[in-house]
Amino acid sequence: MKNTTIVTDNREEVRRRSIEALTPEIVAFIETCNQGDHATSNLIGALHRVQHHFGYLGREQLDAVAQLLQVPAAKVTGVATFYHFFRLEPRGRFIINVCLGTACYVKGAERVADRLADELGIAFGETTKDGLFSLESTRCVGTCGLAPVVVIGDKVYGNVTPDQVPGLIEKYVLLAQREDKQARESKA
Amino acid sequence: MTQEQTVTLTIDDVKVTVPKGTTIMEAAEMKLGIRIPRLCYHPDLSMQGSCRVCIVEVKGMPFYMASCSVEVWEGMEVQTNSPEIRQARRDIVELLLDNHPRACLTCDRDGNCELQRVAYATGVRERLFAGERKRFPIEENGTAVDRNPEKCILCGRCVRTCAEVQGVFNLSQQGRGFTTVVSPAHNDNMDASVCIQCGQCIAACPTAAFTEHDNTEAVWKALADPRKHVVAQTAPAIRATIGEEFGMPIGTPATGKLVTALRRLGFDKVFDTNFTADLTIVEEATEFLNRFEKGERLPLLTSCSPGWVNFLEKFYPELIPNASTCRSPMSMMSSLLKNYYAEQVGIAPKNIFVVGIMPCTAKKFESRRPEFISKDGVPDTDAVLTTRELAWMIKNYGINLASLPDGNFDSPLGESSGAADIFGTTGGVMEAALRMAVEKITGAPPENMEFKDVRAVEGLRERELKVNETLTLRVGVANGLTNAKTLLDDALNGGKQFHIIEVMACPGGCIGGGGQPYPPRGYRILDRRLLAKRAEALYTIDGAKAVRSSNHNPAIKSLYEEYLGTPGGKKAHALLHTHYTPRLPRGVR
Repeated sequence: MKNTTIVTDNREEVRRRSIEALTPEIVAFIETCNQGDHATSNLIGALHRVQHHFGYLGREQLDAVAQLLQVPAAKVTGVATFYHFFRLEPRGRFIINVCLGTACYVKGAERVADRLADELGIAFGETTKDGLFSLESTRCVGTCGLAPVVVIGDKVYGNVTPDQVPGLIEKYVLLAQREDKQARESKA
Repeated sequence: MTQEQTVTLTIDDVKVTVPKGTTIMEAAEMKLGIRIPRLCYHPDLSMQGSCRVCIVEVKGMPFYMASCSVEVWEGMEVQTNSPEIRQARRDIVELLLDNHPRACLTCDRDGNCELQRVAYATGVRERLFAGERKRFPIEENGTAVDRNPEKCILCGRCVRTCAEVQGVFNLSQQGRGFTTVVSPAHNDNMDASVCIQCGQCIAACPTAAFTEHDNTEAVWKALADPRKHVVAQTAPAIRATIGEEFGMPIGTPATGKLVTALRRLGFDKVFDTNFTADLTIVEEATEFLNRFEKGERLPLLTSCSPGWVNFLEKFYPELIPNASTCRSPMSMMSSLLKNYYAEQVGIAPKNIFVVGIMPCTAKKFESRRPEFISKDGVPDTDAVLTTRELAWMIKNYGINLASLPDGNFDSPLGESSGAADIFGTTGGVMEAALRMAVEKITGAPPENMEFKDVRAVEGLRERELKVNETLTLRVGVANGLTNAKTLLDDALNGGKQFHIIEVMACPGGCIGGGGQPYPPRGYRILDRRLLAKRAEALYTIDGAKAVRSSNHNPAIKSLYEEYLGTPGGKKAHALLHTHYTPRLPRGVR
């Protein structure tokens, strides 16, 4: 009595596609997780790595993590949507963080925030269509003396007024153009 | 031997002694007969403790404790009904209600809703808290299962049932806080997810956050259409449960009343899926004997349960070659109706409207599989009604099923052996197959038709059946797909050898199907007491029949003679068999 011959299994194909959706480093990390008894406890660690590399957790990547870690996809997305840290949408090249902490708020941060949303044409938590800017808010960056504070990338801008907003945005648009140009030239 | 450790405590000032490890909820019920209200608790599922409805006061504790999840300790003093605790419990239920649509009057579960019952029982008579209510998109176009997250109270019973009983883990809580929602991964629709359409989430839900996709409107429309010849076929398990909806004692067979009710609703013909259950056995036993002789593709996996078939395609595609290629009894019947019967009565298949009355939501999905839809787009099965939907239609018409006279199925697609009746319970397909297979192997019918060894409502059985001096058949029976996983993994990796494995997706088999009546008061979902009574109804019907073995059903014999040819033959294959394909998303098992 023979039990079965494998002819219809799609496991390898699913696995191959999962590996393609991630990077070799992330796959290697997941592979080491699978060795121990507590594979699923490394789910968050795996998601961290995916977000670090891709900037967000895409559908394909979440499914790939589920398959490679053998954790049900519903659980993976459950964890990914539970934590504020994880993002399910791609973020912009420049993250604009407006401080809405107490000090900044009383010094008019809300007006700055509104102007940013207006100029960029997006709401908080969203990314511009060209993928350049994501608008986010934060609670105190520890530089209350400079209130109201806007952080773009890793640069801190203090005493920001609504009227400075268009100039700030323009500055980063130009920066992006310069960077792109350099990239093209160095490629050529 | 050490004596079992006990704990003595007081509940409502009464001193009671219970075994160590007992929860407060269990102790109150066991010793004092006090049933503390509850929603998220279920004894067969893991502990969640999320609804907080079962809170009690424990002296010395600064907060109320969930009695379902706290084990008693020595000297504990519990109050289950102090004025404060009653007020707090009522407030908790009221807060649940205030985040819930005020739609009881138009809700599918009106009168049969656990939240409604708990609200009444805890004394919610007015609604004092008015706040923001959660809003979610409603999924109402599922093939089998619809989802209304606005009615969800986040008790997690569906999540736990899907994961722990069915091993599917399609549902999880997504997001957090106020916007938490129970849904498949990526908030996908049920049809796009790893869902196997078994409908156990519907059974598990205390409200109507999950319901079967309604097909009653399509059936009313067909019944009123003079151009349509409307034909019903009823699954084995319906006769064992439909009476419950009309106040008949649980486990009362209602075959004849069911037939009469369908005639009164206006069905032109009422056939019995039992007939094709017999046909399935003849085909499947033939298939088994073939494989057995050649020693290939064993164990044979049964294929009657569409939830299981979905599970096979998504979770165990490597076992597809082992699955019986037999269509389910419903699809065999529909195929015969749209081919054989259509020829006999001279009606075009598109004008025959076939309604399957099924205990099952996955049958709705099965009826929409492309394999079972003709080239011209005519489905073999036009509509599938669950037991609940049919019961509603009968009530809607104003018929009291319990008081109806008995009717008889139409011939010849209404005649069946006792082997067909037991298809509706776990182990039944196995027993029916054995009745025939043993006869074919030994040359004589089995001395005792009742293979009681494979009977039981437990989820998992492995048995050895001595057929004769030289042959012992090893069989496995599983209901609830977590149990099926155990058997399949044993067969795949554990080196265990089986000849036949019967799998039914739902706990207890079709009698516990996702489309069956909600448990009557005093029972709960997954309740073995309820399942055993329903199963008994089927064994009673079987025991009373003169013909107990499918291959001795005279109507089956003559169908082969006049139409189908030989079992497993070319025509039988074209009309009665199917194929399976691996499907995505692939499940994690």
